[in-house]
Amino acid sequence: MRQVQCAGQPRRVGRRYIAVALALPLAALVGSTTRAADIMPAVVYSIGEKFDGSFNEAAFRGAERFKTETKINYRDFVVSNETQFEQAHRRFAQGGNDPIVGVGFLQTSAVTTVAKQFPKVRFTVIDTVVDLPNVRSVLFKEHEGSFLVGVAAALVSKTGKVGFVGGMDIPLIRKFVCGYEQGVRWAKPGATVIQNMTGNTPAAWTDPGRGAELAKGQFERGVDVVYAAAGTTGLGVLQAAKDAGKLSIGVDSNQNHLHPGSVLTSMVKRVDLAVYDTFTAARAGTWQPGVNVLGLKEGGVDWALDKNNATLITPEIKAKVEQAKADIISGKIKVHDYMSNNACPQ
Amino acid sequence: MSGGRQPLPAWVDIGLIPIVNVLLAFVVVGLIVLSIGVNPFTAVRIMIGGSVGYPEAIGYTLYYTTNFIFTGLAVAVAFHAGLFNIGGEGQAYIGGLGVGLVLLALDAVLPPLLLVPLAVLAAAAFGAAWAAVPAYLQAWRGSHIVITTIMFNFIAAAVMVYLMVNVLIAPGSMSPESREFAAPGHLPFAHELLAGIGITMGQSPLNLTIVLAAICCALVWLFLWHTPWGYALRTMGHNPNAAIYAGIDIRRMTLLAMGLSGALAGFVGVNEIMGVHHRLLLNFTAGYGFAGIAVALMGRNHPIGIVLASLLFGILQQGGAELAFDIPAITREMVVVIQGLIILFCGALANVTKPALEALFQWLHTRSDNAPAADAAEA
Repeated sequence: MRQVQCAGQPRRVGRRYIAVALALPLAALVGSTTRAADIMPAVVYSIGEKFDGSFNEAAFRGAERFKTETKINYRDFVVSNETQFEQAHRRFAQGGNDPIVGVGFLQTSAVTTVAKQFPKVRFTVIDTVVDLPNVRSVLFKEHEGSFLVGVAAALVSKTGKVGFVGGMDIPLIRKFVCGYEQGVRWAKPGATVIQNMTGNTPAAWTDPGRGAELAKGQFERGVDVVYAAAGTTGLGVLQAAKDAGKLSIGVDSNQNHLHPGSVLTSMVKRVDLAVYDTFTAARAGTWQPGVNVLGLKEGGVDWALDKNNATLITPEIKAKVEQAKADIISGKIKVHDYMSNNACPQ
Repeated sequence: MSGGRQPLPAWVDIGLIPIVNVLLAFVVVGLIVLSIGVNPFTAVRIMIGGSVGYPEAIGYTLYYTTNFIFTGLAVAVAFHAGLFNIGGEGQAYIGGLGVGLVLLALDAVLPPLLLVPLAVLAAAAFGAAWAAVPAYLQAWRGSHIVITTIMFNFIAAAVMVYLMVNVLIAPGSMSPESREFAAPGHLPFAHELLAGIGITMGQSPLNLTIVLAAICCALVWLFLWHTPWGYALRTMGHNPNAAIYAGIDIRRMTLLAMGLSGALAGFVGVNEIMGVHHRLLLNFTAGYGFAGIAVALMGRNHPIGIVLASLLFGILQQGGAELAFDIPAITREMVVVIQGLIILFCGALANVTKPALEALFQWLHTRSDNAPAADAAEA
């Protein structure tokens, strides 16, 4: 656990105890003034769990890495509903925290409002754009990473049918599936992609049971590799693939280790890098506002190859995926971005 | 001698029992907080201080309270008619859609004095319409209102997602949100109003909607207890057969009760969409519709009780957020446990302390009865 200042206190209720309690905030104050030169970073996570094994957890890992390397503590907050985003950002800004990272596109309007009120505080938003002089917006080319795992899925599939399970039906997730389809067709022109979205409310991110059902339905229709881009729901998809002896593809974090031998690969989205970079840049004084788009070239997205999936990825598959990667980086392959025109080429 | 059980004095029933229950809840919560190694006094200080300690916190608390009042009243009105409206969430959602549609269509044309009342009416009309369908199904088709109102929450969510993702989304926007309304479509914030008369207050989402909430409380009270329709509605709630015998058209009363209930729930949309966010977005209802059930039960379906219960819920919501914010050891889930325990003690377990207090007052009563008798014997 982090920042558990109170854990070591005596568990005896008495006058001394209250005195300790009253002295604590004071001690914290003194402690912070002695390190006034250090930054006081903060993270506001997206809706859902902090340890979702995916998106939020990636942000958490980035912040933790910064903390381990610099011994500078950070604060974080998990909201319980969307109206708390603004409150959380404002409270962090008022408390002198800087920089403040907002994880996820749901925080767009909250950061816009609060960043205008605190023009001296540096904000970073991930997965969305806020056009203000004190905000850095980090976007990822998920379609490029999804293209790569689509190539791998098409090559490994014996039935020529691959699946996709999305979380909530929003443009961002359609961007995933669109890149995936393009990768599948590039590697194997006749292959079909069967896709399902889990739902159209945010509950779709946190429903592993439904994810598993959707995956099973796809397996019955002949799918033998399924790509899950659905937050916690994806964990159910991965589990169902493992149970049915099929293959799955993880998302955001490297999920290969969850079911070694069943998770074909993961579309890694380096949210951790975005958080870590913001913190280190702010500390070094090199933080810049503006839009950062992280694709394959910048190392912002990638496919995951490690000891857990080494047996699944044959040298031919690896060569083909790496070729696609090189071609995308060089610009030879142009992966269409669904969100550029809200349509996917068929 | 007073042999039979005496009813408790009113001040004990309304005043003392809730206070004893709140204190009991805090003791249990304190023990739990202590068990995870956090000083319970610090926790209480943060929770209370963070919800009523400074103007901005009060603003947040009252903003939450506003939502709870609307949904609490919505549940209460239906409850007096013997109907259990679980659909406050969906009605609030669609009410917000009504506000958003009016503002998106007319914010460039109409002055605020016309626009705001129109948007409020739209919230009521959309919320009422969304509740009227389950009401019709109950009254004419016999489909149980609990089932249909629950299902309508999901339909409302699906409709909103469809509209926000495909139709109303601002062009080029990442998240499914509409464009921001023009200035005439913003209700003034409390801090703006107070600044106008020279009082400075930190920024909070509290806005003019709280006045609407107060008006609604008064109107609901007036309607339920001082109009023939309110009488008919309560008659139906007490005994539908008697109501039919008395010549009340219970089908139309069902429609009326649910329509009012839905309109009240729809006003959450006024607070959230026109008051705070100034744009249409997803999930602004955030569970207020469901919390309204607990608010109404705790407030005993009376407007004054609902205001008090809403205040408690507002304090818990705001204080809970501050708690999770300031003490990292207390996670969001822990805050839900704390809120749940307080609601459990104040609402569901309200009668646990009652027998003990009854016995106490019985004893006090007998003693004061005996004392003069003994005096008389001596004389």
